Amino acid sequence: MADVEKDILVSVATKPGRGYLLTCGLLGLILVWGIIAWTRQVQEGLGVTGLNAPVFWGVYLVNFVFFIGISHAGTLISSVLRITDTPWRRPFTRLAEAITVFSLPFGALSVIVDLGGPHRLLYVLKFPHFTSAVLWDVVCITTYLITSCFYFYLALVPDIAVCANRLTEVSPWRRQIYRTLSLNWTGTERQHKVLNRIMTGMSIFLFALVISVHTNVSFVFGMTTKPGWHTTLISPFFVLGAIYSGVAAVICFAALLRKLFHLEAYITKQHFNSVAKFLLALCCFWLYAMIIEHLFVFYGKGEAELRLFESKVLGQHVFMFWLMFALCFPVPFVVLAVPKFRTIRNLVIVCLLVNIGMWMERYSIIIPSGVHPYLPWGDGQYFPSWVEWSITASWVSGFTLLLLLFVRFFPPLTIWEIKEELEGAKAEPEPGEAPGWVRWDLIKALESGKW
Amino acid sequence: MTRLGMVIDLNKCSGCQACVVACATENNVGLGNPEDAAMGRIIRWLQILPEIEGEYPHVSGKLLPMMCQQCDRPSCTYVCPVAATYPVSNGTVAQIYWRCIGCRYCVNACPYTLKWFNWWKPVWPGEMASGTNPDVTLRDKGVTEKCTFGSHRLLRAKEQAREEKRPMRATDYVPACVESCPTDAIVFGDLDDPDSEVSQLTRSSRASRVLEEVGTRPKVSYLN
Repeated sequence: MADVEKDILVSVATKPGRGYLLTCGLLGLILVWGIIAWTRQVQEGLGVTGLNAPVFWGVYLVNFVFFIGISHAGTLISSVLRITDTPWRRPFTRLAEAITVFSLPFGALSVIVDLGGPHRLLYVLKFPHFTSAVLWDVVCITTYLITSCFYFYLALVPDIAVCANRLTEVSPWRRQIYRTLSLNWTGTERQHKVLNRIMTGMSIFLFALVISVHTNVSFVFGMTTKPGWHTTLISPFFVLGAIYSGVAAVICFAALLRKLFHLEAYITKQHFNSVAKFLLALCCFWLYAMIIEHLFVFYGKGEAELRLFESKVLGQHVFMFWLMFALCFPVPFVVLAVPKFRTIRNLVIVCLLVNIGMWMERYSIIIPSGVHPYLPWGDGQYFPSWVEWSITASWVSGFTLLLLLFVRFFPPLTIWEIKEELEGAKAEPEPGEAPGWVRWDLIKALESGKW
Repeated sequence: MTRLGMVIDLNKCSGCQACVVACATENNVGLGNPEDAAMGRIIRWLQILPEIEGEYPHVSGKLLPMMCQQCDRPSCTYVCPVAATYPVSNGTVAQIYWRCIGCRYCVNACPYTLKWFNWWKPVWPGEMASGTNPDVTLRDKGVTEKCTFGSHRLLRAKEQAREEKRPMRATDYVPACVESCPTDAIVFGDLDDPDSEVSQLTRSSRASRVLEEVGTRPKVSYLN
């Protein structure tokens, strides 16, 4: 058997190449640029954005929903698939959890950027008003961030111990950090048992948390009476959209790492194939929710809702809406459903498109409702300003930068889970020839004539 | 209990905009500039908005003076995370500027879109800057504001009543818009007093309220 630890630690053990450093530098610059733009916004006021009356919420809120959405895939893949013990989850869990932990701060920051008085942010705790969905968002997202950081760290502990043992060439202080972070993990059976028990418990908790967090995010919109937002479908649709874009993000980064660090043996084509089928199911669910939402509006014939519907489908937002639709359903559906098209390169392209599409989907939920409020004379228009685009680019770069930095210092795949998978594969009689569900015990019993 | 309300007679309203100017001056509402106007960022607590019905050649138009409808069941107060906007016992909806974190949730929740946000720090040209009303707080950038039914005038009237050692009467004060209306189209008073003019007009068959179907129970009625 190949040395799993050595293969996976290649990203940590090898010196970073020039391309990697340049990319990190560029991403860092974009991040700093966004922070400069934000500083300007704080000094001048939100007037530097393209927001106006009645479009009071714009790209910042789109980013908020988008980043929180991406973060859910992490928890979904690692917790739900862990609970159900889905075998193809293993190479993706670490990455998924990393995406959760690194995208959440940018989601939370998007709300803070959107505030007119960010210096009064803590008033939310000082003067809490419990009927407000924003207050519950703060509670939910903070809980989610803390829990998922803890969950992420727990799954990292055995691998940090591997780093401390195997990375003999790194500087002594770095080894010391690994040693401290590994919490004296030695990999005994008892330790594994305790870890597994905690992970399972946390998986269940996190699953409930994911649903509640994104439901709460949708409450921010759904709990107002605004046409287009005030619908009961908005919560499940938000949760679904979050998982859809999040799984796509995981696939993108998994393919990137596979290519960068030659992890073909651990993230196999079969793994991608399985996760692609999962994405296909989500894609179909997405279409279902989309149709239901608009069908109800169309048949309901509410005056304000219908005006909004027409503006989305035929009017002011027609380009955004149909491009979004194309990127979220037909394009991914064809690529994911036809086995011939399901190559890794196509998957990456489709997943990028799905994420762009899902960003646009949030845009077409938030902005058109702002542009078309109840009263017709309030109609407005909205064009995001350079400040908003800068901060959006900055958040995307910051998120990518954190991921890239992470894989330089910690193993990008969950070594202990992959070992479990490989050991499990060895234990089966003829690996690769028969699927895992074949009941070898029954076959043997039949062969021996005991039946 | 007092429940302050307003009735606006659309047949009397000439659309002269005197109330709009009086309101903006009284309440230190920033003047704004053409660029902001083009962006749709001008703050006017009271606006006169056209409502056109029918299609050419059978068109009829109305001018609706619209300000915060001071709802009995306001959708804006439920959503504020810091309770910077809240229903007051006299029936109005108040706004605490220094507490507002500028999330604009209330502005989005208002079905009438009649709450305003300070995109910039408000400025007044030349001497106008020194001529602001000392009774009304100057708002900073990044906070939400809206019509208060002249709450500073109410405070004054209360003080006056206390000084004169008599109970406060609902007729003791009127907001600037009511005062400035040349045709007396706006009637202001206590809706809970069955004998008050405003309460009788609110119950008249001519009265209707904007977007009643949303269920916010606005306290501004329009006579057609």
